[in-house]
Amino acid sequence: MSTEAADRGAYDYSQRPTRLPDKVDDANSELAIPVESRVAMYELQQVLRQFEKRAYDLFMQNLVKGTSHLSLGMEAVAAGFGVAMQPDDYAFATYRGHAHTIARGAPLGPIMAELLGRENGLLKGKGGSMHLTSVDHGMMGSYAIIGAHLCIANGAAWSAQLRGTDQAAVAFFGDGTTNIGAFHEALNFASIWKLPVVFVCENNLYMEYTPIDLVTAVPHPAADRASAYGLDSIIVDGNDADAVFHVASQALAKARAGDGPSLIEAVTYRHGGHSRADPGKYRPADEVEAWMDRDPIPMYHQRLLKLGVPEVDLATIQQTVAGLIEEATEYAKSGSPPGEEHLLTDVWADGGSAWRN
Amino acid sequence: MAELSYREAVARGIAQEMRRDPQLVMLGEDIAGAGGVFKTTVGLLDEFGPGRVRDTPISEQAILGAAMGAAMTGIPVIAEIMFSDFLAVCFDILANEMAKSRYMTGGQVSMPVVVRTHNGGGSRFGAQHSQSVENWCMMIPGLKVVAPSNPHDVVGLMAAAVRDPDPVVFFEHKSLLADKADLPDGEIVDELGTARVVREGSDCTIAALALMVPRALEAAERLAGDGISAEVIDVRSLVPLDTQSLLASVEKTGRFYTVEENPRLCGWGAELASIIADEAFWNLDGPVIRITTPHIPLPAAEALEDMSLPSADRIYETVSKALA
Repeated sequence: MSTEAADRGAYDYSQRPTRLPDKVDDANSELAIPVESRVAMYELQQVLRQFEKRAYDLFMQNLVKGTSHLSLGMEAVAAGFGVAMQPDDYAFATYRGHAHTIARGAPLGPIMAELLGRENGLLKGKGGSMHLTSVDHGMMGSYAIIGAHLCIANGAAWSAQLRGTDQAAVAFFGDGTTNIGAFHEALNFASIWKLPVVFVCENNLYMEYTPIDLVTAVPHPAADRASAYGLDSIIVDGNDADAVFHVASQALAKARAGDGPSLIEAVTYRHGGHSRADPGKYRPADEVEAWMDRDPIPMYHQRLLKLGVPEVDLATIQQTVAGLIEEATEYAKSGSPPGEEHLLTDVWADGGSAWRN
Repeated sequence: MAELSYREAVARGIAQEMRRDPQLVMLGEDIAGAGGVFKTTVGLLDEFGPGRVRDTPISEQAILGAAMGAAMTGIPVIAEIMFSDFLAVCFDILANEMAKSRYMTGGQVSMPVVVRTHNGGGSRFGAQHSQSVENWCMMIPGLKVVAPSNPHDVVGLMAAAVRDPDPVVFFEHKSLLADKADLPDGEIVDELGTARVVREGSDCTIAALALMVPRALEAAERLAGDGISAEVIDVRSLVPLDTQSLLASVEKTGRFYTVEENPRLCGWGAELASIIADEAFWNLDGPVIRITTPHIPLPAAEALEDMSLPSADRIYETVSKALA
């Protein structure tokens, strides 16, 4: 094989353009969003930011074992949807699911304790960071092998359809998921069955360590696939909670009206690497810097000030959240490692794990 | 009392449960309008309507995903995967998601799903449409696995599978679909995790599953002509496994053989052999022998496929030699 032939189709990293963020669209401050919802989104972003920072610190102290995938920098997506969704809606996330679990209202202490592998964890220490679930809060799971949960979200939406409720299911996933088969099966299936489901691609520009545009046939990994399934192409600024809230509300209303699924691509950026093991050095420095300047939280802080929310209110929220994170950390640290009595429980509905008589 | 084929028994079992539970739904490829490619779901669309019996695209991940999502939000589901070979296409959802969700979430998630699938050889379909893959599922913690050998068991185990709150993989054998039996009127409900002694004997125990059960019975009949009394156990349920019936039989006979349609390595009989070796060693009068398909992809040609699957001849010869 000639070198030329061998190189055909291979990635040319030198040709990859740096992906800089779009400017903030100031018109989003004009969107008809109640101020209470905006304050709720601010508070939620504060919780997500401070929780993930604390989770990172606890890794560094070697209190969190295994791996973890943080949503630092991507909080506006979870916050926008978190506030737009109804309490009885269903959420499905990937291994990068801390934010979505918190956004559904699951308690912070047990979530933190789960990261620490403690008995008082959300999953009794059996699932860990990548599988956060809180059925009582409609958080139907974090799925660590990408793709499947889009199909599973369809099932929850089908269930709502069968039971005649107005619940919707929302599946969050990354840009990398758009290249796995289950993504395509799920979208076609949701479309033909007109399921009340919203697919939310958090496009943070990197599948794991590889830029998504080097491994995807179209520039917008989710939005450019939408037409294949009879869906609108929707791209939103994933670093602007108002913009996310707006498209989320529209998609959820469409789902509840029986008009079927939506696919939303929210463009955003990780502040850190893919997972605990990854410092993210493969990203150009100017790109990282530009996106750090487009941090969703300071931007939103400024917007709320401009909209007349007093600084003292925002400062109070920050401080209150800091207290909640402190409490959650203490709760987690106070938990014991799970005892042996938990090892063989809950494989089956009868609470046990017996496979023979 | 009515004579029913194995394939008709599938539809009867499903219909029995759909009448009982108005929430129960089913989905799969060609199951509704066409009545199934193996005609195992004939009549269900007419009786229960398109809302409860739904055709899907060729999207096995979407099928099992929809089943799982519905089940974990309160709707019991029967999903069909047309050929069991296709479980490989959606094994992530079966093995990683459905099977593990309850445990991983500390018991939060329920999974009332039955995954029905057409399994096994004898149809000359070749290596991708003929496999016996019940051992693939048996080795996954969190899945229950049944494989009925006759129409009565099809109805009863279907009912048991549907009523079980855990995920059950239900293997329907393609080469048994035309087999007929007289079934009583009214509801038939069986129990998972129960083997059945289908022929009593005192010289050896032969454990078989699905299509291998009639073959083991035929071999036992011929062995009887030679003065060998073989006990045949229809294992029926691999998970949960009725080890007590197996151990009790070996205590009586002192010899244990398995007849497995799966290829050799890690077939279901290996686990049974291990249990017998661990727990009935001092009852044994001879080595445990596994009679299996060779460790090869299943060939298509009639002659080759017939050489591959354990036959009544091979069972008869193997047991005769062992007892000689």
